[in-house]
Amino acid sequence: MRATSPSHYDSLPIRTPEGIEFSLPLAGPVSRLMALAVDLMVVGAIGKGIQMLTAPFLALSVDAGSAIQILLFFVVNFLYGILCEWLLHGQTLGKRILKLRVVDAAGLRLEPSQIVLRNLLRLVDGLPAFYLLGGFTCLLNKRMQRLGDIAAGTVVVRVPEVAQPDLDQILGSKFNSLLEHRHLCARLRQRVRPELTALALQALIRRDQLDANSRLAVFKDLAGHFRQLVTFPPEVTEAIGDEQYVRNVVEALYRK
Amino acid sequence: MLIDLGKFVEAERPHWDALEVLLKRFENNPDLLLPLDEAQRFHYLYQRSASALNKIGTFASEPELKRYLEWLVSRAYAEIHESHDRKSFNPWKWFTISFPRTFRRRWQAFQMSIALTVLGVLFGCIALAIDPEAKSVIMPFSHLGGKPSERVAQEMKDKGERLSGHKAHFSAELMTHNTKVTIFTMGLGITFGLGTILLLFYNGVILGAVAFDYIADGQLIFLLGWLLPHGVIEIPAILLGGQAGFVIAHALIGWGSRVSRRERFRIASPDIVTIMGAAAVFLIWAGIVEAFFSQYHEPVLPYGVKIAFGCAEFAALVFFLWRGGRRAA
Repeated sequence: MRATSPSHYDSLPIRTPEGIEFSLPLAGPVSRLMALAVDLMVVGAIGKGIQMLTAPFLALSVDAGSAIQILLFFVVNFLYGILCEWLLHGQTLGKRILKLRVVDAAGLRLEPSQIVLRNLLRLVDGLPAFYLLGGFTCLLNKRMQRLGDIAAGTVVVRVPEVAQPDLDQILGSKFNSLLEHRHLCARLRQRVRPELTALALQALIRRDQLDANSRLAVFKDLAGHFRQLVTFPPEVTEAIGDEQYVRNVVEALYRK
Repeated sequence: MLIDLGKFVEAERPHWDALEVLLKRFENNPDLLLPLDEAQRFHYLYQRSASALNKIGTFASEPELKRYLEWLVSRAYAEIHESHDRKSFNPWKWFTISFPRTFRRRWQAFQMSIALTVLGVLFGCIALAIDPEAKSVIMPFSHLGGKPSERVAQEMKDKGERLSGHKAHFSAELMTHNTKVTIFTMGLGITFGLGTILLLFYNGVILGAVAFDYIADGQLIFLLGWLLPHGVIEIPAILLGGQAGFVIAHALIGWGSRVSRRERFRIASPDIVTIMGAAAVFLIWAGIVEAFFSQYHEPVLPYGVKIAFGCAEFAALVFFLWRGGRRAA
């Protein structure tokens, strides 16, 4: 198994021993910084909680109370990231809110030693102040890794929105006149490039995001491309608009 | 070639759903061990989803579906190829067996730590011998600025009352400060070892200068009684930080290694964490000893007792590092 060398800064391609390739979308420095800000706020809030909880100890003994406070602050500072990433599968609360996750750079399961090491190296990443060293390293690194990530062999990825696509919703169940001409549909499938089909499908999925004029222009353009590939009889196409034509073509291509 | 996406999704969806359910079980319980038939089913579902991803990637170029399958397959891949040792963590075995073995396995890195610190000690001694005025530059600590014999006289007069009412606070500050220094010493290994070298050398310089200052003023016994009880544990703990730092530097540079940098770090990271964990344990002990024992001097505590305690600790430490975990092997 190996992680192929990335050419982009936005994803980490991985090839498994079985020859399967997939890519993990890398988190950018801004979203990571925002997650860090959330985590700092959480640690600050825990610190306040510690202060309140240890107040009775301070009343009993200033020496013992302040010692407990110092130790608890220190432990929380170091253990917050480690425990969260361990228990929440690579996520702190900040990362969970920002939909980020720490994963092994080779796509394997995170090991506890990796989590501990990347969190210990936060001290160095934070040098000289405000995470400057870690931030610069992150910007210069192809996998957006800070020093702790490099040592631990981890990357921070975006957790994608993973709803299963609903094709019926996209294509609908209207009568498709093109399907009556099976030989022309077969010729279309033979001549069309997969990229053009994918483009048409995406245009249908995202039609509601386009304003009226843009939508007309996009579907006119796409319909023009498809019409150049195969000419259907006029009685089949003249009664339908460009968008419906594209919809029928996509259905004919995907549903044999 | 194109595929019938609708039919394809319809036919495959139950398998993806089943894989999702299994993955959720793993996420909810990372130590889950599936029975053989379920493990086989899991592997089958992974292969089927991976095959679907291949088809989608090759034929349909459908980004939303591809993204979904990539996420599904990547999670299943991580679970199937996980290399994590599922044995439950036993802190006692880890400290008494794993740590000494790891320490010995990385002995060369520890030797480097010692060598650099000794070099620093020599530099500190020589620097103060040549230029006594450099004391304030080498040791920028107010409590070490005065004449050692005056401090000793003051300590004997105070009878250990100087820290009265602050001992626990002082101990906690020592623990946290020394732990941070040790983590820095380790973490700066990522600068190809340069940061670790500088920190170890600088620590040595301070130690050497302090030692020279007290010895030159005729306060050797006080120095030993003051430093040995906590120093014989605290200094090795910082040296352990250096050892971990050099393990990082070695994994980064990779001299004489044919495996990739990522693989070198994968091998090294459990050792680094083990060494650092043990260093933290040592520093907790050293912090307690420094606050509650080292700060008492004669007439409260005879120097002989303190020196003997320090020597006994050191002997126990050496024996532990040398022999620990051997019988269990």
